[in-house]
Amino acid sequence: MTTSPTLEGGDPAVRPGIGGFLQVKDLRVHFPTDDGVVKSVDGLSFNLELGETLGIVGESGSGKSVTSLSIMGLHPPGTAKISGQVLLKGDNLIGASREHIRKLRGKNMAMIFQDPLSAMHPYYTVGHQIIEAYRVHNNVSKQVARKHAIDMLGRVGIPQPGSRVDEYPHQFSGGMRQRAMIAMALSCDPELLIADEPTTALDVTVQAQILDLIRDLQQEFNSAVIIITHDLGVVAELADNILVMYAGRAAEYATAHEIFTAPQHPYTWGLLGSMPRLDRERAERLRPIPGTPPSLINVPTGCPFHPRCVYAELNGGACETDRPEFLEISPRHFLACHLSSQDRQRVWENDIKPML
Amino acid sequence: MTSAPTNAASSQSNASGGGEDILVVTDLQKHFPIRRGLLQRKVGAVQAVDGMSFTVRKGETLSLVGESGCGKTTTGRMLTRLLEPTGGTILFEGRDITHISMGKMRPLRRDVQMIFQDPYGSLNPRHTVGTIVGAPFRLQNVKTEHSTKKTVQELLELVGLSPEHYNRYPHEFSGGQRQRIGIARALALKPKLIVADEPVSALDVSIQAQVINLLEDLQDELGLTYVTIAHDLSVVRHMSDRVAVMYLGKMVEIADRTPLYERPMHPYTVALMSAVPIPDTGRRTKRDRIRLEGDVPSPINPPSACRFHTRCWKAKEICSTIEPPLAELAPGHRVACHFPENLIDLPVPAVRADSPAAP
Ligand SMILES: Nc1ncnc2c1ncn2[C@@H]1O[C@H](COP(=O)(O)OP(=O)(O)OP(=O)(O)O)[C@@H](O)[C@H]1O
Ligand SMILES: Nc1ncnc2c1ncn2[C@@H]1O[C@H](COP(=O)(O)OP(=O)(O)O)[C@@H](O)[C@H]1O
Ligand code: SF4
Ligand code: SF4
Ligand SMILES: [Mg+2]
Ligand SMILES: [Mg+2]
Repeated sequence: MTTSPTLEGGDPAVRPGIGGFLQVKDLRVHFPTDDGVVKSVDGLSFNLELGETLGIVGESGSGKSVTSLSIMGLHPPGTAKISGQVLLKGDNLIGASREHIRKLRGKNMAMIFQDPLSAMHPYYTVGHQIIEAYRVHNNVSKQVARKHAIDMLGRVGIPQPGSRVDEYPHQFSGGMRQRAMIAMALSCDPELLIADEPTTALDVTVQAQILDLIRDLQQEFNSAVIIITHDLGVVAELADNILVMYAGRAAEYATAHEIFTAPQHPYTWGLLGSMPRLDRERAERLRPIPGTPPSLINVPTGCPFHPRCVYAELNGGACETDRPEFLEISPRHFLACHLSSQDRQRVWENDIKPML
Repeated sequence: MTSAPTNAASSQSNASGGGEDILVVTDLQKHFPIRRGLLQRKVGAVQAVDGMSFTVRKGETLSLVGESGCGKTTTGRMLTRLLEPTGGTILFEGRDITHISMGKMRPLRRDVQMIFQDPYGSLNPRHTVGTIVGAPFRLQNVKTEHSTKKTVQELLELVGLSPEHYNRYPHEFSGGQRQRIGIARALALKPKLIVADEPVSALDVSIQAQVINLLEDLQDELGLTYVTIAHDLSVVRHMSDRVAVMYLGKMVEIADRTPLYERPMHPYTVALMSAVPIPDTGRRTKRDRIRLEGDVPSPINPPSACRFHTRCWKAKEICSTIEPPLAELAPGHRVACHFPENLIDLPVPAVRADSPAAP
């Protein structure tokens, strides 16, 4: 099947991911600015099932956060031009009333941010904030909600939750704030949890604790999780499937195992090849991706990666002029690249695989 | 009392051989006073750095690693004398620079330079690239061989930018390019020692590799010595000849890169390495993980004796009562722990008996 999922009205059956819990179809998020239109997300499609963890990776500015804010309906009104569909159990959230989305948020979907302070109110105790969030969606007394809040804080590993529940966010350390925000996000048992760089601001030993926590809670609640990060190590720890984004578009989608053992996109090759790895012999020299990330106002024509891609000249000029379609090249492995499958196999076997 | 730590620093450099020492740091300390109330009375101190001894050899890269707040930046700022130590000594090329006055600082400013973590905040947005990179010449009143402009343009080329970038402003550049501008500025006066504070952590992986390669090329070409500060252990392994691990203001382990990564001896180093997420899905279940509990304690009120004892899975009573000395447990490999890991076939008591600075 080769129907293009990137075109408006493309066949919805051909999209990465299997199921119907969350369906993102041809999402476009454009910001008009004085310098021109910033095309932060430009034709993105994927599916997500309950119980599944999807990792979205890409360099800074590739559109990861904008995607998650669109799903959560968190772009302030009037700032972004959004088109396409975000279907949560068939219910289209794009264009839905703010009231409707607010109801879903918290109850059906919740988000964890990179900076917990931005998501928590400095003047209210941590407990108060969890209690209020819980009572918006659950008709219970303050006592019951407070007990639930203490429960949740204990579950995410806050020591002495019974007394820490009355402390303010600034009295918590960075790792504890991140835990408290996770407790708040999970207090209504959401089916969809989006974690945007949840551990980027944390130290590596605390990061390991938080990743364990997200993994355990996900298994316990069987929720659908999207984890957004620029750290390939973090997605390798958590994700079932991985979506690699470049310049607001999907470059590659596959199971986490395939992304790490048989990646097919030159950008994915570049990412995997450029980072020093503790689990490999130390290389004398790193192999960076040449050039710099693209401007999203003047996105390169054709394949947006072409100015940095060493294989662009293998395709008779198509890379500079035609946007590659995002196609299923093998079961559940999607790719947007003009390379012929012979060339791809050859490059992978000869140049890339021996280096990784 | 500084005699014991002095021995510690120099005996270490003798034992591991190698080139001459460009920097000898002994019992270095920085306590920031905490003041309260109208009279701003001192009510306590942040023990940001508390007794670091190490040497840096000419031409090598020594990395300082550790979690946020452990004192890496503070150490780096003392080495470049952007901060004055509250205790200990720093010898640069044999000269004591610990408390050197502003007036005598000028030659030091040429020899020792710092690269900062944030490529956005460290460049003045109202100045052109030419002004920024040329600033050291003006500040130091240095006459350049040709015009300053020509020299600056040569520097830009050296770091992989174009001479035409001379009249452009920082905001026109990407993060990686801005970091190159910062590097060009640091190189302007041909320094001998560069302290680089998280030089690549604000950059994307693909750009990180470009800047790391650049730093390595410049080191080879110009014979630079680096002290790098970083928290990414994979990046550190790639860049360093030797690595020093810090915890709460103390050095807990220092060794050559390979022994440190292959046979870490301090429990904290072991935990740190085990926490690094590995980009390999096959590792998910197989790894023997060590999970530390809790966060790094506050440097205002650090735990007694071994500061790691509140999080260490090997801690025994002695760990909270007697501070373990930084002892050389293998040639060039110094560790501060009562119950080190990976010690297998070493004559432990013999080595530890003559270790200096016994408590
Ligand atoms: N309100 C806005 N107005 C204009 N441009 C915006 C706005 N919000 C985001 N952008 C732009 O959209 C692009 C994608 O942003 P986004 O925050 O999703 O990137 P990201 O991949 O999450 O990056 P990072 O890893 O740095 O957080 C960026 O170029 C950003 O500058
Ligand atoms: N000017 C200052 N006043 C008080 N405390 C400080 C100051 N600068 C740094 N500190 C504290 O010293 C400790 C070490 O800081 P730093 O060296 O910046 O850590 P890092 O290893 O993250 O770079 C931290 O607890 C920090 O809050
Ligand atoms: S489409 Fe062309 S430029 Fe883009 S990744 Fe594939 S080969 Fe490279
Ligand atoms: S001295 Fe004790 S507490 Fe400290 S690291 Fe060693 S075993 Fe752990
Ligand atoms: Mg982001
Ligand atoms: Mg720092």
